[in-house]
Amino acid sequence: MNVLTELKEGLGISWGAIRANKMRSVLTTLGIVIGIVTVTLMASAIQGLDRAFLKNISFIGTDVLYVSRFNWFIDSEEEWRKVQKRRPITAAQARALEKHLTLARAVVPEVDAGLPIYYKKRRSDSVRVVGTTDQFVYTSSTAVALGRFLSPLEAEGGRPVCVIGSEVATNLFRREPPLGNRVRIGGQSFEVIGVLEKQGRFLGLVSLDNQVIIPLKQFMMAFWSNPDCQIRVKVAELAQLDDAKEEVRSAMRVVRRLAPKDPDDFAINQQDQFVKMFHKLGGTIAAVGLFVTGLSLFVGGIGIMNIMFVSVAERTREIGIRKAIGAKRRTILLQFLIEAACICLMGGTLALGLAWLLILVVQKFLPAALSPSIVGLALLVSLVTGVVSGFLPAWRAALMNPVDALRNE
Amino acid sequence: MPLIRFEKISRRYQMGAETIHALREVSLAIERGEYVAIMGPSGSGKSTLMNLVGCLDTPSSGQYELNGVLVSQMDDNQLAEIRNEEIGFIFQTFNLLPRSDALRNVELPLIYCGVPAEQRRQIALEALQHVGLSDRIHHKPNELSGGQRQRVAVARALVNRPSILLADEPTGNLDTKTGMEILGLFDNLWEHGNTIILVTHEEDVARHARRIIRLRDGLIAGDERQAGLQRRAAEEQTASATVPSP
Repeated sequence: MNVLTELKEGLGISWGAIRANKMRSVLTTLGIVIGIVTVTLMASAIQGLDRAFLKNISFIGTDVLYVSRFNWFIDSEEEWRKVQKRRPITAAQARALEKHLTLARAVVPEVDAGLPIYYKKRRSDSVRVVGTTDQFVYTSSTAVALGRFLSPLEAEGGRPVCVIGSEVATNLFRREPPLGNRVRIGGQSFEVIGVLEKQGRFLGLVSLDNQVIIPLKQFMMAFWSNPDCQIRVKVAELAQLDDAKEEVRSAMRVVRRLAPKDPDDFAINQQDQFVKMFHKLGGTIAAVGLFVTGLSLFVGGIGIMNIMFVSVAERTREIGIRKAIGAKRRTILLQFLIEAACICLMGGTLALGLAWLLILVVQKFLPAALSPSIVGLALLVSLVTGVVSGFLPAWRAALMNPVDALRNE
Repeated sequence: MPLIRFEKISRRYQMGAETIHALREVSLAIERGEYVAIMGPSGSGKSTLMNLVGCLDTPSSGQYELNGVLVSQMDDNQLAEIRNEEIGFIFQTFNLLPRSDALRNVELPLIYCGVPAEQRRQIALEALQHVGLSDRIHHKPNELSGGQRQRVAVARALVNRPSILLADEPTGNLDTKTGMEILGLFDNLWEHGNTIILVTHEEDVARHARRIIRLRDGLIAGDERQAGLQRRAAEEQTASATVPSP
């Protein structure tokens, strides 16, 4: 008898056995259902978080390099103390860098400070005031919703104009239109020429809309004459990101006049660092989640094993008959393995249905989705649970002595 | 060459500290086409002998040749194959699968030797027809009378055209009349060339056979061949049942 026929026969027999013990099968399945629901929800939550995070950090831009004094992620205090001694990056260095680069589409210096902003009597606190150039708009995912962005002339000439974030706009301007009105930042007056589109919060914490963009020249004149700049470099081709990064590095070394043996006294940051950091964190979450779900599946598996032992015991005579008639060990083993697998697969399917409903509810609060890969995973896990927990009982059935089995009442 | 050849077969069981000698160096030969009854009181070793002949069990010592093949050294899976191809079992308690209908029960041996579904059904239908149950093929065992159940069992035993029909008290759970019908079916099968081995403790039943082997305390106590006996009774009973030719 070939394996395919055996599988088919085994399926038929198991289906009969499950139908003959409907209540018992359903109750046994319950353990697996709970286990698989946990697996599915956990996996959906992790996937949802992952997707939400990637979407959330997309404002950083995959094709933008951030040259600054510090690395975004500093691993130790020692490193922290070391990088504190680095010289600031000046606006002049940013301009010099631009001349050295061939793989960049835009090179944008950027300085920021947290300051309050006033309009008439209203006040908006700790707004992120950014001094930059007209090129900024190319390196940012933000679009202008109302009005326009800084013009090259304004960036160069230093006319006191500003583009405000949507949160600032709603805070300061209740009824009046913001465009054309003047806001005061640190004693200086700036004309609003544009309002940015709403961007939301970064990781749900920091608002990206509570910012004001002014020309770099203005920023240096009004607040900080010799600021520490961050330079955004937008790469022309995403495929050349690594080459561009190397180009930026050597150019910066030239600009900063480093001797060949000196270490870099600047850092080149990119979105990838966030992704890596998140995946490290996500890995831990997944491991803990896996342990919890593994535990509930284990309990479910024990239930299956228990009921399969019962099933084998009460069908001892049937096993004897089948053996007398010519069933081999493999045939009996397969029959009971298939039965266990079927019970678990039924549980898995039921669990997926339940999880789907639950996710519909959860979606209202958290990012979660039931993807085909999770469905596949859940079914695979339930199949494996069935085979693993059914093995011992099936093995006992397969090894039965036909004489003793037939004598069983 | 005999169909069955036992050479000094012993079977011992360990019961705690005690060793039970169910069979003690039994030697015997059964030819193809014989109709043999094995008799003896309980504990005489007749069930053990039947299990050994039917390849359900292996001897502790000695050699068993079935159809010229040494089966006493075979492993579980090889024995399963031999049982499937060479032996048709008929049990006192019928031993049909309770959840399967008559047709499915008869198909079972064919499933295990890999006959394709279509052909399987055809053969099983024919076998059921030969035992006179064409109109009961979709009945479950609990929807059939004792005699009908035993007929299904006979059909199942014959469906793979085995070398031996091995019946263990086949009339034990049947009333006298139905029992006679089943024995009539056996007589007919024997006349068509089947080899039948019957285990019983009833003289009336044993008298249907042409040879009676008597066991006592694990030894052969008697081996008699009868001639012409029971011919009349057999003819009487087979009027209702037609039987396949081998």
